Amino acid sequence: MARVTPGQIVIWVLTGLLLFTMAAPMVWLLISSFKTQNEFLTGGIFDLPESWQWGNYIEAWVTGDFATNVRNSVIATLPSLFLLLLTGVAAGFALEVMVWKGRNTTLLLFLAGIMVPGQMLLVPLFISYFQLGLTETYWPFILTYTAMGLPLTVFMMAAYFRSLPREIFEAATIDGASMLRSFVSVGVPMVTNAIVTLGLVQFFSIWNDLLVALTFVTNPDLATIQVGLLNFSGEYGATNYGPLFAAICINVFGTLVIFLMLSKQIMRGMASGAIKG
Amino acid sequence: MQSVLGDKRAIVILLAPALLFYTLIKVVPIFWSLGLTFFDGNVLRGFTPAGFANFTRLVGDSNFWESLTFSFKYAAVATVLQVTAGYLLALLYVFALKRSSVIVRTICFFPVILPTVAVAQLFKRLFAINPQPGPVNALIEFFGGQSIDWLGDATTAFWVFMIMDVWKSMGFFAVLLFAGLVDIPEEIIESARIDGANGLRLVRHMIIPLSLPVLLSAIVFAINSTFKVFDSVIALTNGGPGNDTTPLTLYMFRTTFTYNEYGYGSTLALALTVVAFLITIVVFRSSRRDVTAAGGAKK
Repeated sequence: MARVTPGQIVIWVLTGLLLFTMAAPMVWLLISSFKTQNEFLTGGIFDLPESWQWGNYIEAWVTGDFATNVRNSVIATLPSLFLLLLTGVAAGFALEVMVWKGRNTTLLLFLAGIMVPGQMLLVPLFISYFQLGLTETYWPFILTYTAMGLPLTVFMMAAYFRSLPREIFEAATIDGASMLRSFVSVGVPMVTNAIVTLGLVQFFSIWNDLLVALTFVTNPDLATIQVGLLNFSGEYGATNYGPLFAAICINVFGTLVIFLMLSKQIMRGMASGAIKG
Repeated sequence: MQSVLGDKRAIVILLAPALLFYTLIKVVPIFWSLGLTFFDGNVLRGFTPAGFANFTRLVGDSNFWESLTFSFKYAAVATVLQVTAGYLLALLYVFALKRSSVIVRTICFFPVILPTVAVAQLFKRLFAINPQPGPVNALIEFFGGQSIDWLGDATTAFWVFMIMDVWKSMGFFAVLLFAGLVDIPEEIIESARIDGANGLRLVRHMIIPLSLPVLLSAIVFAINSTFKVFDSVIALTNGGPGNDTTPLTLYMFRTTFTYNEYGYGSTLALALTVVAFLITIVVFRSSRRDVTAAGGAKK
């Protein structure tokens, strides 16, 4: 067994402190979410709850309308993600694998979009959605998220297609496959990992978005989970701490569970993307 | 074969949907927004031409300059802190924890994927003074200090933002920089060790220069995202106290959607875009020079 050096002890202590700093706020949040309103107002801030108030979660979910918010987030996120990946992967293929005049210019056009802040689009889009009568529907979410995610998706997909050997597609062509055919049967299967990784990154950025969700839809019945959480404290005359903490917990730990199920994929994708980038 | 690879019909089918979405919802609005800077009004009142009035107003608008200053200050301090913390973490992963760093890496990455609104709500309670001192104030009182109204004062609120930002995003920068550090060949570091370089000297003269390209792209990324900070401000302080923590993004949002001044709002959005572009260009230029200099030094 290796001897323990003073240097190693320092590293262990530092790592321990680091992990405590990362975890402690979330543990405190979770424990507090089971307290009664009275315990929030008068009890010790670090005390355990006297009895575990599962009712806080029910109240947040039902009375606080959090169930509606989650439903809206799902309806806003999944179609956007689907459209974004479908159109983005196809465009990446057309821009990288296929040979035509102007493809570099078109790729640059998409790339330029990465730098433009969302605020630059808000006013014209709001006017358009308002005049088309879409402000009471999910369409502003789906359309805006799809368009806003496209520059990164197209750019990354083009980069992934570039890393594949060109001979594969030339061979498919010689075997008589049309380009649409080789996109579906050769191109897409070879970049599945990249699509999943990019899909995850885009999922979190759409799911966690506030700017679009706050701007285009004013009807509380269509509010997403982030807008719902933002206004949660405002819905009651006095803040109802238990349900508020429960709502934050649902948001935080729900996202964590999704992340844990998929974390290997994200980390792998991020590391390889950074190296290639 | 080239004719198949250049099949026009296939190109149109594959590219058209993305191009259509992108053009209609991104490109057209950008130019439309540019046009709106010469108008005054909103969707209900309609629009009237305003000439250059919005631009002269911008120059004389003290709220604009204050929010721009806040955005700059936020981006500068947050970038330095995030990248430094991320770099220290990455060094810890690579040189101290080595193979056992996976768990630490994953735990430190947790906050990165959490919704900003939820994190801000959490930090609001951590630094609370009402209805009861939150954990931070409770600790201060435990050590005999006085509770501080963190979010009620511009300076302390600014530091709550910084702490929250570092807590939330250092794991991201750590993973990004980790990828750059892992790429450094073991032999180079080993031979430097044999030549007598260790600890800080090793980091300063070997590791930082060798990981400079990734470090610079991390800085570009950090500046770009912190300059556009919006979610966390709305959720943590809502720009207050007063307008003391209002960045340009929030000022633009308020002007447009709270005060219904679409023309001036577009002008503020344009200012935001132009400044963000300028920052990126300046950082890119200086980073290009540094990377080539480092490359030269390597030889």
